[in-house]
Amino acid sequence: MTAWRGLSLFAGDAVLVASKDLRIEWRARTALGQVLPFAVLVLVLFGFALDANRPTLRLATPGLLWMTVLFATVVAVQRSVAVESTDGARRMLLLSGMAPAAAFAGKAAAVAVQLLIVEVLLVPGVVLLYDAEIESLPLVVATCVAATVGLATAGSLLGAVVAGVRAHQTVLPILLLPVSAPVLIAATRAFADGFGTVAVDGWSWVGLLAGFAAVNAVLGAVVYGLLLEDT
Amino acid sequence: MTSPEPESAPSEPLIASYLGGPARTGSRFTFWLGLVTLIGLAGVAVLGLLAAPADDVQGDSVRIIFVHVPSALGAYTALGVTALGSVMWLWRRSVWWDITAHAGAEVGVLLCGLMLVTGMLWGRPTWGTYWEWGDVRLVTALILFLVMVGYLSVRALGGDADSVATRAAVVGLVGGVNIPIVNRSVNWWANRTLHQQSSLTDGKLEDLTLFTLFLAFVVAAMAILWMMMHRFRIGWLERQLRARDLDDALAARRAEAGR
Repeated sequence: MTAWRGLSLFAGDAVLVASKDLRIEWRARTALGQVLPFAVLVLVLFGFALDANRPTLRLATPGLLWMTVLFATVVAVQRSVAVESTDGARRMLLLSGMAPAAAFAGKAAAVAVQLLIVEVLLVPGVVLLYDAEIESLPLVVATCVAATVGLATAGSLLGAVVAGVRAHQTVLPILLLPVSAPVLIAATRAFADGFGTVAVDGWSWVGLLAGFAAVNAVLGAVVYGLLLEDT
Repeated sequence: MTSPEPESAPSEPLIASYLGGPARTGSRFTFWLGLVTLIGLAGVAVLGLLAAPADDVQGDSVRIIFVHVPSALGAYTALGVTALGSVMWLWRRSVWWDITAHAGAEVGVLLCGLMLVTGMLWGRPTWGTYWEWGDVRLVTALILFLVMVGYLSVRALGGDADSVATRAAVVGLVGGVNIPIVNRSVNWWANRTLHQQSSLTDGKLEDLTLFTLFLAFVVAAMAILWMMMHRFRIGWLERQLRARDLDDALAARRAEAGR
């Protein structure tokens, strides 16, 4: 009974934080007005960089798509950090009395929602621009969800590490990109299966993505409170 | 006529009394440790470059193992110390462990870089390429190196010592937890390792080569200990100095206000 109540309290707080972040994003239109165009722009630039060579682009599609998502993650997490860095918002989050783990879950969920929107646009984008063909939609969707949760949790955790530091915009990519290497590898492999370019077992890579997401979610839930208190 | 004391640098006893402890990073122990390490390094160089025989297959390039293998072991040890120190800071608020974690990261990044460079130099004549993407250990080591460079850049952010310690400790923890996943993913990604299996246990090494390698291990361990001790003391002095600076500034302000 109490466990159930605690869980619903946790979920309620997480939804509260996530909806707050998403509302701010919606009002500022940054995700829509900057992150999405940025992601599409990167797709177009990769087309130039690879000399608009169709077979090459097709072969490289999964990798290029996830590189783009990775860049979008950096931008989205920077926004998520910036929201909390003014007017002592982080202090308020701590003083609100909600479990830090719930606040972390909410922050990560808001980033995840934005990334999913980016992916929903990018996947048709590569079908149109790079001539890619989706062979297994369930695999593509499962990969997107698992990879996004992993990127959002690792990103929100490392975002909290650099929060409140003047140089946070330059330090965040140095921290986040190496740690995200397994996501890039796994999601690219799984998409290669989902797009039918390479014969691999995409679902086992989805399992690895889920493991990455779980590990970073737990780590974030445990240490987020310490970061809020100390920094 | 006696020459006057140079005015620029404050004398050591003065600094010592200011900090409430010795102002140097050396001690009698580290002096002798450093001296023995230097002699040992010379010994490894002579044995490794001149006395140990060239390998039947690899020729002279095999001599790189005298640097490569100890620095690899040293790098993983030092970075393990950093991960442990990060946990101990977050769990117990141990300043000792925080400074040790920082020292471990700096020494570890140095050795990790040395391991990568020597590995590439060895890979070129042996594998025919400096870099092999399919090799799990290579790619994992590179990612580890990059994560730890990020750790050091967080250390350099400045600000309150405790908050920097917490930020860095979380990065150390995230790195420590994710490195096995990196290893796993690279392993699945391209399981076509070129890497030397351990040659220590298969009995193929000459006696003198084996002896040189073990000497190199011992010397590397001493060098790491020497570097860690000095780096730890620098970190400790930095913390003392910061605390004193704040105390002095507060005292000055209070004196001003009281007047």
